[in-house]
Amino acid sequence: MQLLSIVVQRIGYAVALLIAVIIFNFILLSLVPGDIAETLAGEAGGGSPELMEQIRQSYGLDKPFHVQLFNYVIRVLQGDLGTSYYFNVPVTELILERVGPTLLLVTTALLIAIVLGTLLGVIAAQNPNGLFSHLVTILALVGFSAPVFWTAFMLIVLFVSILGILPLTGMVNPTTPSGTVYWYLEVAHHLILPSLSLASVYIAQYSRLARASMMDILGSDFIRTARAKGLSQRKVIYKHGLRNAVIPVITIAGLQFSYIFSGAVVIETVFNWPGLGTLALDAILRSDTPTIMGILFFSALVVIVFNLLTDMACRIADPRIRSSRNA
Amino acid sequence: MYVKNIAAVLAFICFTAIVLVAVLGPVLTDLDPFRIVWMPITPPGQDGFLLGTDSLGRSIAVQILYGARASLAVGAAAAAITLVIGLLVGSLAGYYRGWIDEVLMRVTEFFQVLPPLLLSMVLVGLFSPTLQTVVFAIGVVSWTGVARLARAEFMKIRELEYVKAARSIGSKDARIIWLVILPNALPPLIVTAALTVGAAILFEAALSFLGLSDPNIVSWGKIIGDNRDYFLEAPWTVIFPGLAIFVTVLCINLIGDGLNDAFNPKLRER
Repeated sequence: MQLLSIVVQRIGYAVALLIAVIIFNFILLSLVPGDIAETLAGEAGGGSPELMEQIRQSYGLDKPFHVQLFNYVIRVLQGDLGTSYYFNVPVTELILERVGPTLLLVTTALLIAIVLGTLLGVIAAQNPNGLFSHLVTILALVGFSAPVFWTAFMLIVLFVSILGILPLTGMVNPTTPSGTVYWYLEVAHHLILPSLSLASVYIAQYSRLARASMMDILGSDFIRTARAKGLSQRKVIYKHGLRNAVIPVITIAGLQFSYIFSGAVVIETVFNWPGLGTLALDAILRSDTPTIMGILFFSALVVIVFNLLTDMACRIADPRIRSSRNA
Repeated sequence: MYVKNIAAVLAFICFTAIVLVAVLGPVLTDLDPFRIVWMPITPPGQDGFLLGTDSLGRSIAVQILYGARASLAVGAAAAAITLVIGLLVGSLAGYYRGWIDEVLMRVTEFFQVLPPLLLSMVLVGLFSPTLQTVVFAIGVVSWTGVARLARAEFMKIRELEYVKAARSIGSKDARIIWLVILPNALPPLIVTAALTVGAAILFEAALSFLGLSDPNIVSWGKIIGDNRDYFLEAPWTVIFPGLAIFVTVLCINLIGDGLNDAFNPKLRER
C-alpha cells in the first residue's frame, strides 16, 4: 500500500520534471538571437512582409509570451513537436523512426558494460595484489581517459582494417529483407563495434566499482558465515558475493543513463548508426530548430522513464529502500 | 603503493610538459597550423613530417602543437565554471538545508535528466560556435556531480563541533560557509576538481570532433573531426591527436588518483 502511494508520487514528480523540460526548451528558444519567423521564412526561400506576418500568426508568435508558453506546453504534451524545417515531416514521426536503433545501441552497451565490468571487478577482487587485478586497474584508467570516439576508431583499426571481420558503418544492408533471420543477424553483426565502443568507458568504471564493493563484501560477516558453513570458494563468491557486488553497479548505471545516452550521440555519428544521435547532429548543423528541440525533449523523456523504472526495480529488489522517499 | 605514487609524480611531470608545450607552442614552430604545407595524407616520417600531413596537406604535428592551447584552455575554463556553479549550489543546499536545499536539489535533478552532451550540442548549435559558447555550454551541463558532492560534505561538516563553536561566537553564515566549512571540505573537492578538468577536456574534444566548435581555432578533437572521412587511408590523422587527448587526460586522472591516496590514507590498502 505504501509502495503504491510512492509509485504514484514518483510518477507525479516525473510528469512535473517533464513539464519543466518543456518550459526550459521554450525559454531556450526565445533566447536564441534572431526572429523565428525570419528563420522560417528564410527556409521557405526568403520572405515578403506579408509572408512574415502570416508565419507569425500561424505559429502564434504575435501573442504575449505566457500565452505562447502555455500553448507550447499543451502542444508538446499532446505529442505535437512541430514540423522539421529540413525534412519537412512531423518531428514526432522523425523521432519515432530513429528511437529504435538508439535504444538498441544503448541497452546493448549498458548490458555489456554491466556484465563485463562486474565480472572483471569480481575476479580482480579475489586477489587484489595479483597481476589480473593490476591489469583491471590499468584497463579502467585507460577506458576512463580515452575519448570515446577515439576508442571507436582504434577498434575500427583492429577489427575492420587489420582483422577484417566486422563491418565499418551502418546498421543493416538496405537490400536485406527486413524481418528475416538474416536481417537480425546482420543487425547484430553491425551492432558489435558501436556497442563495444560505447561500453568501453563504462566497463572501466564498473569494473572499478565492482572490485571495490566486492572487496568490502568479501570481508563482511555473512561471507565469513558462508565460508564457515563449509561452502566452496566458488559458491561463496558467485552465489553470495556477486549478487551484492552487482547492486551498486546497477544503481550507478541507472543514474548514469543520461551520460550513456550522450555517448551514444557521438558513437552513432562515428558508425553512421541511424539513430537519434545522427539525427540530432544533422538537425543542429542545419539549424533545424523544431527537430533539435524535439530530440532534446524526447531524450529527457527517455531518461525520466528509465530513471523511474530503475527506481521501482531497486525498491522491489531491496526491501531496505522500499519505503524511503529518496532512494 | 609506491608504484602508484611514482605514477602520480610521473603524470605530474608529463602534464607540466604538456602545459609548457601549449604555452610555448607558437615559439616552437614557425609554421601556421592552417597553412597547407605539403601533399595531402603524407604518412608520418616521410618528407620530414614527423606525424604526417592531414587530408588537406597541413602538418599534423603543428596542428597538435597549436591544438594543445585550445584543448587545455577550454578544459580549464569549463572546469572552473563547473566547479563554481557546483560548489555554490552544493554548499548553499548542504548548509541551509530546508527549502533552499529542496529547490536547489530539484534544479540539480532537472539538469541530470537532460543528456549533457546533447544539451551542450544544442546550446552551441543554437548560439554561435565561439570559444566562449563552448566553455559555457560545457560548464552549464557538468556541475551536477560537483554540487552533490559539495552538498554531502557540507551536510556532514555543518554538524561538527567546530562549526557549532563558530556559530556560537556569532560568526555570519558567509564566514562559516567559506572560511570554516569550505577549507575542511577541500580534500575531496580538490580530487574532484582534477577529474573535472579531465572530463571537460574530453567534453571539448567530443564537441569539436562533431564540428561544434570555433572553426578558426585548432583543437585536438577538431583535427580528428576534420579527417574522419579519410581515416582508413590516413589513420595517423586520427591516431596522433587522439593520443594527445588520451595522454593528457590520463595524466590528469593519475594526478587525481594520487591526490585521492594522499588525502585518504585509509583507502591505501586497496
